[in-house]
Amino acid sequence: MADMKTMKKHPMPEQDAKVRAHNFDEVSYGYTEEIAVLEADRCLNCKNMPCVSGCPVNVPIPAFIERVRAKDYEGAYERISAVSSLPAVCGRVCPQERQCEEKCVRGIKGEPVAIGRLERFVADRHNAGKKAPAATPTPNGRRVAVIGSGPSGPTCAGDLARLGYGVTVFEALHTAGGVLVYGIPEFRLPKTIVQTEVDNLKALGVEIETNVIIGKTLTVDEIFAKGYDAIFIGSGAGLPNFMGIPGESYKGVYSANEFLTRSNLMKAYKEDPETPIMKGGRVAVVGGGNVAMDAARTALRLGAEKVYIVYRRSMEELPARAEEVHHAEEEGVEFRLLYNPTEILGYRNPDDRRDPKNGFVTGMRCVRMRLGEPDEQGRRRPVEIPGSEFLLDVDVVVIAIGTSPNPLIKSTTEGLEVNRRGGIVVEEATGQTSREGVFAGGDAVTGAATVISAMGAGKIAARAIDEYIKNKYKS
Amino acid sequence: MYRIAKKTVLNPTVTEMWIHAPLVAAKAEPGQFIILRVDEEGERIPLTVAGTDREAGTVRIIFQIVGATTEKLNHKEAGDFIQDFAGPLGVPTVTEGIRRVLIVGGGVGCAIAYPVAKKFHDLGCEVVSVIGFRSKDLVILEDEFRAASDRLFVMTDDGSYGRQGNVCLPLGEMFGAGERFDKVIAIGPLIMMKFVVEATRPTGIPCDVSMNPIMIDGTGMCGGCRLTLCRDGRRVTKFACVDGPDFDGYEVDFDEAMSRGSMYREFEARKREETCNLFKAGK
Repeated sequence: MADMKTMKKHPMPEQDAKVRAHNFDEVSYGYTEEIAVLEADRCLNCKNMPCVSGCPVNVPIPAFIERVRAKDYEGAYERISAVSSLPAVCGRVCPQERQCEEKCVRGIKGEPVAIGRLERFVADRHNAGKKAPAATPTPNGRRVAVIGSGPSGPTCAGDLARLGYGVTVFEALHTAGGVLVYGIPEFRLPKTIVQTEVDNLKALGVEIETNVIIGKTLTVDEIFAKGYDAIFIGSGAGLPNFMGIPGESYKGVYSANEFLTRSNLMKAYKEDPETPIMKGGRVAVVGGGNVAMDAARTALRLGAEKVYIVYRRSMEELPARAEEVHHAEEEGVEFRLLYNPTEILGYRNPDDRRDPKNGFVTGMRCVRMRLGEPDEQGRRRPVEIPGSEFLLDVDVVVIAIGTSPNPLIKSTTEGLEVNRRGGIVVEEATGQTSREGVFAGGDAVTGAATVISAMGAGKIAARAIDEYIKNKYKS
Repeated sequence: MYRIAKKTVLNPTVTEMWIHAPLVAAKAEPGQFIILRVDEEGERIPLTVAGTDREAGTVRIIFQIVGATTEKLNHKEAGDFIQDFAGPLGVPTVTEGIRRVLIVGGGVGCAIAYPVAKKFHDLGCEVVSVIGFRSKDLVILEDEFRAASDRLFVMTDDGSYGRQGNVCLPLGEMFGAGERFDKVIAIGPLIMMKFVVEATRPTGIPCDVSMNPIMIDGTGMCGGCRLTLCRDGRRVTKFACVDGPDFDGYEVDFDEAMSRGSMYREFEARKREETCNLFKAGK
């Protein structure tokens, strides 16, 4: 019997929007045990498990939810962690509404089961508890190098370590975690959670070497020369794209990568930081993805008086995760949809070249758009409305319109094939690149995508690397 | 953690350090840079490699004390450790096809220009160097430049040492006398490089400059180091960390680079003063 109670997800307790818009603490507190068990009870435990097919790494969803219902939370954790190396991360940042929850039968009449929230509950509960020391796998004597410690690398590293491989992860920055650390803000993914996941990896025997830039400090060929049998490249998305409109070099124009890295990795959000960032003022964030939402909400927390999301399509086409859009709106981010920037304006004092205000952003010229015919991907193409130009009064512009692949590995690895856009070419089923023993996955292959799809690619590559090495030493 | 193997004060505001970082030392070439952090809370700053000792596994850096980070770094002594030291980053200076080169260094930029001059010298090229400083007490690396150059001009703005005048003075004289070079390489303050480019332009000699914009990651991720090249009438965005730091000086939009470089000037000055006061209070 479907009574009204079971039609909706149990809401997750969270900080009041007005309060949290001014701090960097996590937005949501997560389910309590009581709510988790009630929510688990909504799962119909379908035989054909449509939700599992919606998950890029096929977490056995009904099985773990059944364990939650039985209050066997460690049992639930074991079921998730058997296939996912970052459950506390995925429970927070996956776009569940377009993956597992989209397929949930409950969703046909009412809201789907809150799978993401339950995953988060299980992972947090496990991480908070006393952990039995991880069983260190028996070493098989083979070594694998993993490039990058964002989501795909650690997934691949974890799976291989569990199979007995000696794994070294090389990270270019000073802290492990990749985009989870420099990109996703504290209020959405607390850094202690990433650290816990990194520690779990180390407990499996994985070595992490920071400050090593592959393609510069070491090359792919030099890694092989050190005795590694295979390499996984998960080096991430790369250089930020700019719009190519006048004024993008004025002071106060940031790429989202720069803005977020300053705030997250370099801790510019703290009181009296060593790394500067422009706080306050009026901020326009150009773009409609998760990165744009993160930048907008970060700007708000840094003390901006107004924050706009400037996006050239409408709310329907907004690619960000639904919960992030919802949270951003609640916190006071204003959406300027069907707007397209045409020029950024800067201050110029013609009488005083030394005026310190010279070169700082004073505004952004935009034009209104309407939606035209669908493009080849089925998204309606935005079309300029003639004569609709106007000026948005802003001091800071953050550009969040995607990235292009980083050239460092490609340019120093002979025989590594890349596509027209610079992404590494791989066999989808294995992650195998054009170089023997070299595998790749995540944003370095696909361009900017989600944490979970990168994890999926890391898993696929781990399986293929295991097979490759076994074959190599078979005879 | 990376150990400071050696420290030498070159002048009141410029310090030399050799940092133990074998992986970087094994690879670094003239023209490349490193990124360092002094401590756990510190910012990442780029510094150009001023030399390597591959056997000892050490990398030489020479820095001017301009902000909080360099102030803190300057308070470290030999035997102390710094938190992070990553590299080598950027593209090494191109040496192919050059037999006669004119190296122009300004101020602390000479620390970067010196290994470039030495590289050409070691390759058997004819090297003419012009190094310029504000005054006598700021002169650095003179002996090393002399050893690596076939001819050396030392200039000071106030005439307290060498010849009085800026680096463009001997350039103009040499060009005027019809001297030819395969390339001019200018490394120093933006304004100096801009003037060297303008002085060289009429000769048609290729002129490279070493750009040092604000950077964060230094690995091709944040885009903070972007600069604009004017190429064939179009404006092209480039990233100093992966495309540079050396660029064709004739293409660089120096005015924009100067403007961008001043973005945090106020912050830097305030931070440095705070750090100084902190050290004073500690003494």
